[in-house]
This record gives sequence, structure tokens and C-alpha cells, in this order.
Amino acid sequence: MEAVHGHGHEHDHAHYPGGIMRWVTTTNHKDIGTLYLWFSFAMFITGGLLAMGIRLELLQPGMQYWRPEFFNQLTTMHGLIMVFGAIMPAFVGFANWQVPMMIGAPDMAFARMNNFSFWLLPPAALLLVVSFFVPGGATGAGWTLYAPLSVQQGMGMDMAIFAVHIMGASSIMGSINIITTILNMRAPGMTLMKMPLFVWTWLITAYLLIAVMPVLAGAVTMLLTDRHFDTHFFNAAGGGDPVLYQHVFWFFGHPEVYIMILPAFGIVSQVLPAFARKPLFGYSSMVYATASIAILSFIVWAHHMFTVGMPAAGQLFFMYATMLIAVPTGVKVFNWIATMWKGSMTFETPMLFSVGFLFVFTMGGFTGLILAITPVDIQLQDTYYVVAHFHYVLVAGSLFAIFSGIYFWLPKWTGHMYDETLGKIHFWLSIIFFNVTFFVMHFLGLAGMPRRIPDYAEQFADFNMIASIGAFGFGLSQLLFLYVVVKCIKGGEKAPAKPWEGADSLEWTLPSPAPYHSFETPPIVK
Amino acid sequence: MSTENTRTLRKLAVVAVAMFGFGFALVPFYKKICEVTGLNDLQKADTVVNTQVDASRTVVLELDANTRNELPWAFRPTERSIKVHPGQLVQITYEVRNDSDEAVTGQAIPSYGPRLAEQYFRKLDCFCFAKQELKPREVRRMPVTFVVHPDLPADVATVTLSYTFFRVEGPAKPAAARTDIGARPAS
Repeated sequence: MEAVHGHGHEHDHAHYPGGIMRWVTTTNHKDIGTLYLWFSFAMFITGGLLAMGIRLELLQPGMQYWRPEFFNQLTTMHGLIMVFGAIMPAFVGFANWQVPMMIGAPDMAFARMNNFSFWLLPPAALLLVVSFFVPGGATGAGWTLYAPLSVQQGMGMDMAIFAVHIMGASSIMGSINIITTILNMRAPGMTLMKMPLFVWTWLITAYLLIAVMPVLAGAVTMLLTDRHFDTHFFNAAGGGDPVLYQHVFWFFGHPEVYIMILPAFGIVSQVLPAFARKPLFGYSSMVYATASIAILSFIVWAHHMFTVGMPAAGQLFFMYATMLIAVPTGVKVFNWIATMWKGSMTFETPMLFSVGFLFVFTMGGFTGLILAITPVDIQLQDTYYVVAHFHYVLVAGSLFAIFSGIYFWLPKWTGHMYDETLGKIHFWLSIIFFNVTFFVMHFLGLAGMPRRIPDYAEQFADFNMIASIGAFGFGLSQLLFLYVVVKCIKGGEKAPAKPWEGADSLEWTLPSPAPYHSFETPPIVK
Repeated sequence: MSTENTRTLRKLAVVAVAMFGFGFALVPFYKKICEVTGLNDLQKADTVVNTQVDASRTVVLELDANTRNELPWAFRPTERSIKVHPGQLVQITYEVRNDSDEAVTGQAIPSYGPRLAEQYFRKLDCFCFAKQELKPREVRRMPVTFVVHPDLPADVATVTLSYTFFRVEGPAKPAAARTDIGARPAS
């Protein structure tokens, strides 16, 4: 830690301690961005392995490999790790790398806090992973940690609660950093309405995070005190109410799904104009649509709870409010298509992933609209239809956008072009295996197969085998992604400052790879 | 720049802390909402409401009792007239007394005024479903349980339910007994 004091205020090129201490003590936004992205990839592989365990058990009917309790732990930890370990840190990694470069700032506003918010994550991840090996195993209450089941489980549950606390603290610090950077450190001339859309979506996402992560922290704190300190927030025998937990959780949980998709919208809004060689269609409507989605996300949470019981007026309100979100989302999809309309399009890997995103995410959006209809939702609640829906928006939405962004900015980050052929193969493998895995789940859900159950009736056998084969293929394809990225870091064709003809935001004015310290003198934006 | 950043940091930190508090504020807020709207009151026992009852309508039910074939029985309803709502489950009681010194078996036949009311009477239990054998001087109270179907035409405000007991078997005046009546299906 000695090195920290010596290098905290260095401003010339690349003065940092060698070896591991460079990464432990770094306050550089690019280093921290890299750390976030590698951490996210490690968690993606971990969560992916758990998913492989789930699909292995579901390959055939009957109980093959796991005890039912362990199957529950697999589904729970897959959800927690993918949401809090893979998707969210990946977007924070993008924000760290890109936000300062895109607004012409030298670094994040609070560099030391930035380091701290990253280094909170590995202990949290460790808590989650190690909880598999404690007595009773990891928590099996589902990623939503619903009371009263979560009040009853073993110490794995406590570890999950602490992990959520730590990751929440990390997210809040990261968000404060991002908001402060965007509000106070933009280059002269860069008004809010001139910011690249990725920066806009992250600004709004960061506000969402600050508003709802503390509520989640409150919910799991209540769980913790219910478990150990004799409070009765969720215990009906003590005057509490388990349904209260669901309300508090989903007050966090629904904005959370937009936290995971808005930065993806931002990435796609950078990539599509670059490869269509046209400016983004309807920039200001994109900004307003993002803001409306964020605001609406606070008043729709109970659509996750239609079967819990609520008055008809409540069901109608949450149903219509949920459907209302389709309007700004529709504006976005329209604008993306209009951006491509009559553009001089080329289909390099980032563009492929963004167009793939557009196709598949929109399908997920439509199944979301179907699930918003209360009487339909009551039929489909907790079936594989829901599983198909949220994987269409989270994998094909968030994850494909992340891939798109990584291929898009990899030349800027590493100074080398990635292997275009392998990148394209990665895209096609991903999108084909993704659909093989999740498309059939719609049919399983409509036929009534419940989620989170390790066994199923014989009539579901064929579709489950297809889904499992798709899942194994999808998992293996991601090793190709790792290979492409490592190959690109190690070498490859030298990347120019602006490898993409149509890209126009500030980071492309920097040389590739981006220097360790950039925009020490702010650029002037006209 | 740096002080401005610190100011922003402070504001945002206050928001984060306030939202943590808001999470806990949801607890009393939720309780209050449930209380005001009457949802989810755990202290109150659930009351079952029969939604099939048409409480807006009242039908007067006149009860009548007769005997035939010199049946030595005294037969009467415990109430002459009651008011029922269509759809409501109703139980009425008839009382019968054997005034002779011998055991006598009888069968009650119902009739309705107006006739068309018959199809709207859904009887769950009735003493007319079976023959009744009364020992000498025996007194018996017998229930009828039924629902008047809500489809009963609106212009029918009064229904007369009349039972007539016929001798089925027994020593007195066998010639007059119409034994075939006992074979008629109970309605």
C-alpha cells in the first residue's frame, strides 16, 4: 500500500508499481475498468458453470446428478452471480473505461473510491462461491431470496446477505462516482444534450442504482435481523408479513432490470450509428425515452406479484403501468431501426451483436408484454415461459450488448484489432445456441413446466433435451470469446485511432491503445 | 472542481442513506395501506359470503299440511309462513303425531302453489323422500332443507308449499289405502 501514496497524484505517463500491486492500488479509470471487466468475465464463467449443472440435470427426466436441495442452490446462485457478479460489474467496467473518455475527462471524479468500489467485489463473490461449501450449502431460496424460506435457511443464506450488502455498497459508490464525473467533469462545450447516448444511459442508470440499491440493502437487513435478532418483519406469527418482503424486494427488483438493460441500450446506440454511418436517429427522443423508462420502472413492481393476491384495482394499475413502458421502449426500437434505414451498413462483429440484440431483445420485450397481462400472468407465473422471457432480455439483451461493446472498443483498449473471422463465428454460435436453448422454453412454459424444479413430466423431455444441448453449445462458445479477447490483447493488426468509419464520439480522437492518462487538457467540443 | 465534486458526493450520499431509510419506512407504510384498504387484516377471521343469494328479493313461503285416507295423524308445520331469499339455504320443520294406538306408515306428497314453483325448489333433504313409520302415540319433528333457485320468476312473490300425508300401510281401513303412492319417486 506504500505505493499508493507515492503515485496518487502523478500525471505523466504510466507511473505505477509493477506486478500485482499495480492492480491492487490502481486509481486509474482504465485499469479499474479492466479489473471490472475481467471480474465480470470470471463471474460469467462461474455462473455459466452453474447453469451447465442445471441443464445437465434437466437433460433427461428423472433425478440424475444432484439432490433437489443442491439443484435449488444451483438456480439461486446462477441468478445471484449472473445479476450481481457478471452483468452489473460488466457495465460498470464499461462506464469506467468509456465515460471519462467520452466526455473528455481525465479520470473518474473520485479515483480512490473507484478503486475501493471495485475491490469490494471479489470478497463478495468469494462469499457467494464459498457458501457452497459451508454446512447446509449455499442458499436455495431463489435469487429473490423470498421470505419466509430465506428466514429459515442455513449460514449460506447469511453469506449471500452479506455478499448483497457488499455488492450494493460497491454499486452505490460506483454510481456516485459516475454521476459526479458526468455532471461536473465534462469537457468545455459538452452540454448534457451533446453527450453520447452511452453516457446518458449510464447517468440515468446510476441514479436508479442510488435510489434502489439501498432499498435492497434494507430488505436483506430485515431478513438478517429476522434470522438472528428476533425481529418479525416477515414472520406472520410475530405480526409480520412475508408478502411485505416481496413488495420491498421488487421495489428494488424492477428498477434493477432496467439497471441491467439501460447501459445495454447505450452501447447499442453507439454501435448502430457507427456501422450504419449515420447519426443516431432521434437523439433527444432517445434521452427522454430512457428517462421515462427509468421513472416508470418505479411504479410497476407488483406485476411480479400478481399471484400473491391484490385487489383488482391494483392488478389493473400495475398491468397498465407495465404496458406503458412498452411505449418508450418502442420509441427506442423504432429509432434504432430508423438509424439503420438507408445507412451504408457493414456487419463487423460489434454490429452483428447489436443487430442480433435488436432482434432477440425485441422478442423478449414482446413476451414481457404478454406476461404483463394479469390473467395470462396468473397462468404463466413461475413457468419456463418466464425463464424464456427474462433470458431473452438479459442474455440476448444485456449480454449481447456487452459483447457488442467489447468488440467495438477492444481496438481502443488494446491497440490491436481483434480477429474478425473468429468474432463473427462467436456471434453466430452465440445467437444460434442462444435460441436453441431458450426458444423452446416458451413452449415448455406454455405447456405448464414449472421453473426451479429438478425433475419434470415425461412429455417435456424432448424440448428439455434441445434446451440442454443448446445450453452446452452456448457455454462452450464463450470459450471462443475468451480466446478472441486474449489473442487481441497479445497482438494482432495495429488498430488506428478510429478503426470504425462512422464512429464519432470523443474516445476515437485518442490514439489506440488509449494512453494511460487521457484528456489531461480538456478537449473543446463545438 | 474538487469542492464541487465533494458537494455532489454529499448530496448523492444523502439520497442513498435516505433510500435505505425508505426501505424500512415501507414497513409501516405497507401496514397502513393494508389497514386502510382492509386488505390482509390478519387479526380478522375470514367470513364466507354466499354470492349466490339474491338478497334483493324476498319470497313469502306459506307452509301447509294435510292428511288423507283417515290417517289418524296430527300433522302441522312449526311455522305457518316464512320469508326467504332466492338462493338462500332454508330449513323448515314439520311436526307429526300418531294419535292411534297402532303403528302406522305414511308417505308425504308435496304440492306447490303456483304449480310452476315446483321446478325452482331444490330440496337437499325432505321427510317426503321416504316412508315414515310412526309407533303408537309417537311424535316426530321432520326437517325439509331446500334452496329456492334465483331463477324463480320475478312475479312470484308468494309460494305455498303443501304436504299431504297418505296412509301407506297399517291396520286401520286398509281398503282405503292407496299403496301405490309409496312407490312414487320422492320429489
